[in-house]
Amino acid sequence: MTSTEHLSKQFDIDLETLRSRVLQMGGLVESQILSAIEGLSTGNLQLIEQVIADDHRVNGCEVSIDTECSHIIVRRQPAAGDLRTIMAISKTVTDLERIGDEAEKIARMAKHVHERDRLQIPRLADINHAGDIAVAMLRKVLDAFARLDAAEAATVIRDDLAIDEEFRSIVRQLITFMMEDPRTISTALEIVWIAKAIERIGDHAKNMAEQVIYMVKGTDVRHTAFEQVEREVLS
Amino acid sequence: MQAQAAATTPIMKPFVTEARGAVAPAESATKLRVRNLNFYYGGFLALKSISLDIPEKRVTAFIGPSGCGKSTLLRTFNRMYALYPEQRAEGEVIMDGENLLTSRTDVALIRAKIGMVFQKPTPFPMTIYENIAFGVRLFERLGRGQMDERVELALTRAALWNEVKDKLHQSGNSLSGGQQQRLCIARSIAIKPEVLLLDEPCSALDPISTGQIEKLIDELKEDYTVVIVTHNMQQAARVSDYTAYMYLGEMIEFGPTDDIFIKPKNKQTEDYITGRFG
Repeated sequence: MTSTEHLSKQFDIDLETLRSRVLQMGGLVESQILSAIEGLSTGNLQLIEQVIADDHRVNGCEVSIDTECSHIIVRRQPAAGDLRTIMAISKTVTDLERIGDEAEKIARMAKHVHERDRLQIPRLADINHAGDIAVAMLRKVLDAFARLDAAEAATVIRDDLAIDEEFRSIVRQLITFMMEDPRTISTALEIVWIAKAIERIGDHAKNMAEQVIYMVKGTDVRHTAFEQVEREVLS
Repeated sequence: MQAQAAATTPIMKPFVTEARGAVAPAESATKLRVRNLNFYYGGFLALKSISLDIPEKRVTAFIGPSGCGKSTLLRTFNRMYALYPEQRAEGEVIMDGENLLTSRTDVALIRAKIGMVFQKPTPFPMTIYENIAFGVRLFERLGRGQMDERVELALTRAALWNEVKDKLHQSGNSLSGGQQQRLCIARSIAIKPEVLLLDEPCSALDPISTGQIEKLIDELKEDYTVVIVTHNMQQAARVSDYTAYMYLGEMIEFGPTDDIFIKPKNKQTEDYITGRFG
């Protein structure tokens, strides 16, 4: 990646605008997850409804950023670092949009859990913890994207292993609850879906981190063991 | 979970790009081996110790800003510079074990093996048929039937035959610019060269003619080693297998075209191809 300016100032402006719109979209998605998880813990139905209603804003960001990527490709025929940036952005917004979908999914589940006024499952603390990891991963990957920091992006890939472990632990605990008291089964299953949604957010953040590394280093690290990714980032 | 499943998958390494000073994409046999080539216009050093291997039956593109020496480098390959007494080259351009710069072989024979097509179409002021046959007669004695066949073959290879077969005895100048350029390519390949040098062959042509020439270049590499100089970076990206970026008479980076345009190693190359040069 290179920092000097293009001969065409408009190209610089277009790229910079595009990058900041990705960050804005990231901010919106982050607030969607935070609200969904808060809605789950507090039962604030208004907040939950707001998350569901706002998902279309996330979708709109994806479409308009992708359209802008096509415009830049057509007008500028970007190469090297510019090309990688456009490719990475186009893939990143897909992941961001899916994170938005997961946030909406969490909100819908939260609505079910609270509307039916079910027996509360005492494992919500664990869900919150997994949610915190997922939000932290998203923040970190957006920061790595903004600062073109491949090393920071690599730590997001590592964090995904932690969130996967968190998910497995939640499932094990819920199974114990369900065996002890079958009345908890239907709520427990909803909590499993929520935990799965959080785990998927981790996967999407990891995908975004891989795109940051591609953008900065030019190396495609998808489907690669973490140790190899680390070596590539440090090289 | 994905990372564990994929633990054994290696990182997809792109083909190694050679940066500054290094010479060779090793994947294909070398047709022209250039070593420590210096070129002087009088007292001005226009090429500074260039070393690179031009791969056989591949398209190699030279890119770089005006005055970087890319056309000069192309012109050393068939000693075109020898027409001007104040120009001289030092070093080696080796083809088939022979240094073309010091070879005693007649330059006409070198140019028969290494044909060249220029920026502006340069048909001879004669018929389309004679444009092709003229060069062939310098090197071979062919009967009328054989010559007809050779003209047809050359025009067919240059993707021009269908357009001119009914007017072979009209002047070459009656053709459109794109057709004239393909006529020049046909003229070069009629004498069965091994290497084709194209010096900005499309810069005077419209997009459709350019597309036809680019398609032709793609077909020609089955039989010939093609070296093209172009100002149009997208053209280099479209037609070439290897790209060399030159700046101020130096070879800055040479490697597979995809690597140069997606992940160049040298910052100067990146700045040039992304339009940050200036």
